Amino acid sequence: MRSFTYERASTPAQAAASVSSRQGAKFIAGGTNLLDLMKLEIETPTHLVDVQDLGLDQIERTEDGGLRIGALVTNTALSAHDAVRNDYAVLTRAIAAGASGQLRNKATTAGNLLQRTRCPYFYDTDMPCNKRKAGTGCAAIGGFSRQLGVIGISEACIATYPGDMAVALRVLDAVVETVRPDGETRVIPIADFHRLWGDTPHIETALEPGELITGVTLPRPIGGQHFYQKVRDRRSYAFALVSVAAVIQSDGSGRVAFGGVAPKPWRVAEADALLPNGAKAVVERAFQGAKPTEDNKFKIPLAERALAGLIAQARS
Amino acid sequence: MTAPADTRMSVQLTVNGSEHAIELDTRTTLLDTLREHLKLTGTKKGCDHGQCGACTVIVNGERINSCLSLAVQHQEDEITTIEGLGTPDNLHPMQAAFVKHDGYQCGYCTPGQICSAVSVLNEIRKGVPSHVTDDLTGPMQASNMEMRERMSGNICRCGAYSNIAEAMAEVAEA
Repeated sequence: MRSFTYERASTPAQAAASVSSRQGAKFIAGGTNLLDLMKLEIETPTHLVDVQDLGLDQIERTEDGGLRIGALVTNTALSAHDAVRNDYAVLTRAIAAGASGQLRNKATTAGNLLQRTRCPYFYDTDMPCNKRKAGTGCAAIGGFSRQLGVIGISEACIATYPGDMAVALRVLDAVVETVRPDGETRVIPIADFHRLWGDTPHIETALEPGELITGVTLPRPIGGQHFYQKVRDRRSYAFALVSVAAVIQSDGSGRVAFGGVAPKPWRVAEADALLPNGAKAVVERAFQGAKPTEDNKFKIPLAERALAGLIAQARS
Repeated sequence: MTAPADTRMSVQLTVNGSEHAIELDTRTTLLDTLREHLKLTGTKKGCDHGQCGACTVIVNGERINSCLSLAVQHQEDEITTIEGLGTPDNLHPMQAAFVKHDGYQCGYCTPGQICSAVSVLNEIRKGVPSHVTDDLTGPMQASNMEMRERMSGNICRCGAYSNIAEAMAEVAEA
């Protein structure tokens, strides 16, 4: 690990200003992903701004009946919160499907959104990777791609966004709240938060340099039955090959987002509308234009079967 | 190469009830602080990447991977390691249950397994749901499947898993 200096910020705006004013500075919250990457020297910050004292660890009702989740609420606390379990169960299910108990105790809401891909070529510093080092090429294209993306990918990078929580946030139409280094705040719909990176795969989100996530808000509960189905190589503590977050209403309508398939949680409005027609129709529309490899083309029929199982459960 | 002065910091920790003030390189993980600086070698380093759980300790009442945490993030935190749970003459009930049920073979993962197991039962008591919890709004049960799911962040290469689950079941029922 490279040397770095460390400070604890006392306000969100001060944290943002501090990161933006120093070359090579980064925020640290739980640190579970960042420290792993720092040990491998994939991340080499020269200065860390610890945001744990910013008071962003509360969950509260919003005026319109939704929920505001502080950026530093841990995955465990969020999954166990009464309002989440009762009204946004897809979020509890998604969080509980990810990582281990130890990691969920430390990982934060904002940090989870910002976790980096688990593409094996991103992790292997002896291999070219446009995401790790812009312009060096992509070893995954033509390499082992079983875990990697099938849609929304580019000729520069076929990695996926690896998380579970954000897939649930996508079906819930969550909104990310931020503060910029100049103290201005803004909101970013979750649909626009993770980028389809095209030829700049090292830029993964809509955040500007030094911009700090302060919270995530959920709109009013939408009812329905909530599901999160994660398909992986072992039953626990593994990243998704494919995951499906779904909220299905009693008339068969609803919302669907897929994880493990794209640079962002993958949801297509036109595919949502086909939910009453069954899984085949939804997946055909959602994955229209997909460019899978021989190694990962199994993900599309797998997504269809996973969704079919959830629709059957909703009807039973 | 000597690191510049501002990459060293003083950290205050309470470990197993004892207060410590240590000057550390900012890069020092909580795991290395415990093992190399405080000589509490019960906590083990396995993968050093949060994948095996051998480094699991309890911080402010919650289990974490001490390898994926910097000591400087834990200013004034209260840390419990395997040495703080029990002693050879006065075992923690979970330690006694691991002995009784043969919950280990080589023993390397055991301190992490026990710190995790103690925390798992607390998490169930507090109503934290898991991936295998059917009813998210009902009371949590300390079932065999719940134990297994919740312990998936602790790897045992000897394969003592079924005995670990039995040890946990005994403590859960006590």
